[in-house]
Amino acid sequence: MNVPPELRYTDSHEWVRMEPDGAVSVGITWHAQDRLGDLVYVEVPKVGQSFDKGQACAVVESVKAASDIYAPIAGKVEAVNADLAGNPEKVNEDAYAAWMFRLRPSDLGQIESLLRAADYEKLIAAEEH
Amino acid sequence: MSASGLKRTALNEEHRALGARLTDFGGWEMPLHYGSQLEEHHRVRRDAGMFDVSHMLAVDIAGEGAEPFLRALLANDVKRLTATGRALYSCMLNEDAGVLDDLIAYRFGPSEFRVVVNAGTADKDLDWMRQQLAARGDRATMRPRRDLAMLAVQGPQARERFWAAWPATRQASESLKTFQAAQLTADGVDLVIARTGYTGEDGFEVMLPADRCVDLWRRLMDAQVAPCGLGARDTLRLEAGMNLYGQDMDESVTPMEAGLAWTVNLDPGHDFIGRQALERRSPRFQLLGLLLQDKGVLRSHQPVRAAGGEGLITSGTFSPTLSRSIALARLPLTAQAGDRVEVQIRGKWLHALAVKYPFVRKGQPLIELDHPTPPEKMQ
Repeated sequence: MNVPPELRYTDSHEWVRMEPDGAVSVGITWHAQDRLGDLVYVEVPKVGQSFDKGQACAVVESVKAASDIYAPIAGKVEAVNADLAGNPEKVNEDAYAAWMFRLRPSDLGQIESLLRAADYEKLIAAEEH
Repeated sequence: MSASGLKRTALNEEHRALGARLTDFGGWEMPLHYGSQLEEHHRVRRDAGMFDVSHMLAVDIAGEGAEPFLRALLANDVKRLTATGRALYSCMLNEDAGVLDDLIAYRFGPSEFRVVVNAGTADKDLDWMRQQLAARGDRATMRPRRDLAMLAVQGPQARERFWAAWPATRQASESLKTFQAAQLTADGVDLVIARTGYTGEDGFEVMLPADRCVDLWRRLMDAQVAPCGLGARDTLRLEAGMNLYGQDMDESVTPMEAGLAWTVNLDPGHDFIGRQALERRSPRFQLLGLLLQDKGVLRSHQPVRAAGGEGLITSGTFSPTLSRSIALARLPLTAQAGDRVEVQIRGKWLHALAVKYPFVRKGQPLIELDHPTPPEKMQ
């Protein structure tokens, strides 16, 4: 099903990885890129920007449609993956390697309320029907 | 008929076996892509790809009244098909000169023609044609050919690969020029091969009995022709500046308002349905190309602001060959290629340039890009 068990997820199809230094990396899931099709643009936020949980912070655009990416938790952008601007296809090639930005969480408690892999699998199974 | 109510072509199982993402197109279950529509697009521009176009409908029209009937029905003039095997592209208009459909008409003999119409409009077209034939009383028969499948094999290597897959067809089709077709029998199969297409590349469109289509598809796969879906079909045709019925034109516009004045034959004596209205009406707008200057993707219905007034995108997409977004747009009559315009995309007004189209021919850009595509992208 392509839902790595060690990651966390949102119901808007972002994945979240906890980094050793306490930051979180964010990207879009395999399911999200599969639905969008070939990506042609990825617009990442700027380092230093702060977002609330659920706030639109990035955009991906495929030939088919544009889609907002939402901050899975509140935090400040510490790093962005500049490589994706020139190579949006990397998201299609390996969604979980193609991190888009890293957040320094402002409320660690929010991480706990992110979906676990099993919940995300249920969500996408429900969406297919 | 499938459980979902969508119609299926003879190649449906092949598409499924290849892992195609399927979609509803005009009531038919068709492949959107087989993995990557961008790769499929590039394969057609650089090599050879194939499309199942069996959702389109061939209608055979025959009899001594066939030519007068078609001369009335179509805005282009089939009288100009002066030999068997010639074909032309035409609009079919209603009495108000609105476009009912666009199609290709082939002459197969002095009194024998075939027209190929779009999938989504096939029922409407048949009703209209029957109605007109009955009203006019031309001595002609109309025969929809749902027994036929259609494949488009397109790209610089398309014809060679086709002949590699089916050597017995080579002799009859080798000398076809663009917009020419051959009717032939190869290995006992009756087929039509036309040097036409909807991609801006060389290639063939092939019409054959549906029960022979799977075999041909598989032989083409073995000959390294890439299966390509509707996603690539749309980016290819838009780069090539070809209209899509239902987006770039419909019954509410005339051919002149859709960049198709060149398909209308106004010679004296060519009295086609809609001619009078067409000559009475003045165009309200024109169709021009747009090239987006900023990042983003132009899409149908996005508003356009030009110096002379407002407009609307009819078809937009990302051009894989140019690595930029392109579109066809309805613009004020005062607009010209070279004008800077603005397009509203997701709430923001972005900059675009009005350009002549087509945007690409034989794999090469036809327009100047301010910021040339980096060399590493032009593999």
